[in-house]
Amino acid sequence: MYQAIVFLPLLGAIIAGAIALVGARARFPGKGPVAGPENGSVDHGAHPGEHHDAPGVHGSAVIHSSFHEEEMHEPAAAGSRAAELITTTFLMISMILSWIAFVDVGFAHHDARVPIFTWIGAGDLKAEWSLRIDTLAAVMLVVVNTVSAFVHLYSIGYMHEDPYRPRFFGYLSMFTFAMLMLVTADNLVQLFFGWEGVGLASYLLIGFWYQKPEANAAAIKAFIVNRVGDFGFALGIFAVFMLTGAVDFDTVFAQAPTLTGKTLNFFGWPVDALTITCLFLFMGAMGKSAQFLLHTWLPDAMEGPTPVSALIHAATMVTAGVFMVARLSPLFELAPNAKTFVTLIGATTALFAATIGLVQNDIKRIVAYSTCSQLGYMFVAMGVGAYSIGMFHLFTHAFFKALLFLGSGSVITAMHHEQDIRKMGGLKDRLPYTYIVMIIGTLSLTGFPLTAGYFSKDAVIEAAFVGTNPMALYAFICTVAAALLTSFYSWRLIFKTFHGEPHDRKHWRDAHESPMVMLIPLGVLAAGSVLAGLPFKEIFAGHGVEGFFRESLAFAKTNHVLEEIHHVPLQIGILPTVMMVVGFVIAWHFYIRRPDIPVELARQHEWLYRFLLNKWYFDELYDLVFVRPTKWLGRLLWKGGDGWLIDGFGPDGVSARVLDVTRSVVRLQTGYLYHYAFAMLIGAAAFITWFMFATGGTH
Amino acid sequence: MTIGLGHYLSVAATLFTLGIFGIFLNRKSVIIILMSIELILLAVNINLVAFSTHLGDIVGQIYALLVLTVAAAESAIGLAILVVFYRNRGSIAVQDINLMKG
Repeated sequence: MYQAIVFLPLLGAIIAGAIALVGARARFPGKGPVAGPENGSVDHGAHPGEHHDAPGVHGSAVIHSSFHEEEMHEPAAAGSRAAELITTTFLMISMILSWIAFVDVGFAHHDARVPIFTWIGAGDLKAEWSLRIDTLAAVMLVVVNTVSAFVHLYSIGYMHEDPYRPRFFGYLSMFTFAMLMLVTADNLVQLFFGWEGVGLASYLLIGFWYQKPEANAAAIKAFIVNRVGDFGFALGIFAVFMLTGAVDFDTVFAQAPTLTGKTLNFFGWPVDALTITCLFLFMGAMGKSAQFLLHTWLPDAMEGPTPVSALIHAATMVTAGVFMVARLSPLFELAPNAKTFVTLIGATTALFAATIGLVQNDIKRIVAYSTCSQLGYMFVAMGVGAYSIGMFHLFTHAFFKALLFLGSGSVITAMHHEQDIRKMGGLKDRLPYTYIVMIIGTLSLTGFPLTAGYFSKDAVIEAAFVGTNPMALYAFICTVAAALLTSFYSWRLIFKTFHGEPHDRKHWRDAHESPMVMLIPLGVLAAGSVLAGLPFKEIFAGHGVEGFFRESLAFAKTNHVLEEIHHVPLQIGILPTVMMVVGFVIAWHFYIRRPDIPVELARQHEWLYRFLLNKWYFDELYDLVFVRPTKWLGRLLWKGGDGWLIDGFGPDGVSARVLDVTRSVVRLQTGYLYHYAFAMLIGAAAFITWFMFATGGTH
Repeated sequence: MTIGLGHYLSVAATLFTLGIFGIFLNRKSVIIILMSIELILLAVNINLVAFSTHLGDIVGQIYALLVLTVAAAESAIGLAILVVFYRNRGSIAVQDINLMKG
């Protein structure tokens, strides 16, 4: 069963990929690296009427026309429907099996270890392919497969105009497979494989509309920023291997307690081994989960198709960092300083991303910053040692954030790919269904009582309140403030999009509700956003944690966070709810009753508004600090190192000198007979002279 | 004044030098080059014969005859080549023959 869960998406990806490849060959006959001219003409004949224009003309038209125009001109790739159906069906099966696994593992306690084969066996380094199915993995399986299955379904509707659907679905399924590999990993190397796999899929999907330069730039940015984090992650894995001599979780966790107090020589400094290891590992999590300092790629990643944003950049991939910290909780539990750092980063991100979200105008970017902020919440929970609560927030967040993204996607389709909320308004009459599900998502995100977000978010804030590490109070203040801001920007989004006067009457009249295939996933996720809270509260944040997670999460003897959150004062308990209400009232006041206030406010605090609108100038700062010096260095090495030094004096220089010499030698070859004869004579005379004087002396 | 070996050798050296300069300073015709080669070979022959009588060794004279034969054969071949060359190129002027130019 577990093999089916993990490998069905891979199978779907391979089939969809094959369909995409065949389709690409039919579309551009003779242009692919494999297809010869005969092949191409055969394909051409097989699909008459689809492509009568010359391949060269067709290819250049694709590059030059913007992607909207191209969508209309280009016919869909052959087999699109088959690719959609196959991948979606496989994902649905995977989803059902994951829920079965969830019950089986979580409640019936049937943990499993499914060996597949040995991957690396080199000296001391042994890495197996095997699936580690415990509660933590089962929770992730459910999250990943559920969201992925419904995103697949939704994409059938959302992408129906796109001519490259087989490729899209292939990528989506490949992403799902990589993510499943990540969450079921039994050792750090396998985890890293999944980690890079999702990074690759993310890159491919952000750049899916590769005709758009911004999409390519965003894809590259995401990839490079993630490399920074992965560099730390890889160092962390090396450090673990150095300390324990193993990479599989069982051995590492068993040895972890013996490592406390050990030091590691780091650039000549003796540092606490576990702390530095955990910090390195967390660096990877920061990159993948878009935490403060490495967050810049996430908002740009919104250039990708909306279902991708929902699946990868909200529900699953960005939570991989949170999952990783939870998975490695036996290590983090022994490194309190690293946990303090996790708390600090999480809290900062939660507040920082929320402040940016306040003023953004792109509907997807608002949700993206909200994701960033919520990931900060999860890390706060991880940092104070409430791993199960972090997982709880991950679990509920996956539903309501995927819902918000897919709802935004529905709005974007209705508005003909308009993403600026200033150009929307009044859509609640045109898109009633989308309006309702967006409201549900927003209620859940802002923590309206009894929705899923309410339970998990309150639990995170309470955990921060009772946390014992030095940053806990800071985290508490940040998360509470962020709750206020979250409520404000979420309602701002709703009010500006769905309420008020339509900005553009014509667009407003043309706006139409999405097809059924997109509304069903919205409905399911809306149900999840409401129902994922209460039934799971006990097992994630209540007294059932021990029995549910068992040894998949480690809690130190001194870690009483989970116990103490039941005894927080009432004022603290209702604080998030109060914040939510205050945020709602302010948003309502600003955007419904007195729409002139925000304009006035932005004018009065021009500087602050610009600061937030430009995302704290992080992109500019990084451009100045990293990008420009790197480009400068690259240019120097290119022009100076390669062009001047190597080309001037290296191989090219040598060959140039040889050419110079031959050029003058060639000039000696006049072609006149008497010159050659003269040379022969001189030569003969020289030889004779030499013989006379050299050998003459011996006589 | 008796004519000794030195005189013969002087004549030979003069002929040799004339032959050499005939090759180098000639811009007109390839036939002149062939004639110059003949001169050089004759200079050698004079040397051979002169030393032969001087040393009383007949081998030198026989060798001179051999050289004459070879020279005749060489001239014949050279002239034959020239005839063909003239047919092909329409000229046997030395400055026109520069096909081997690099």
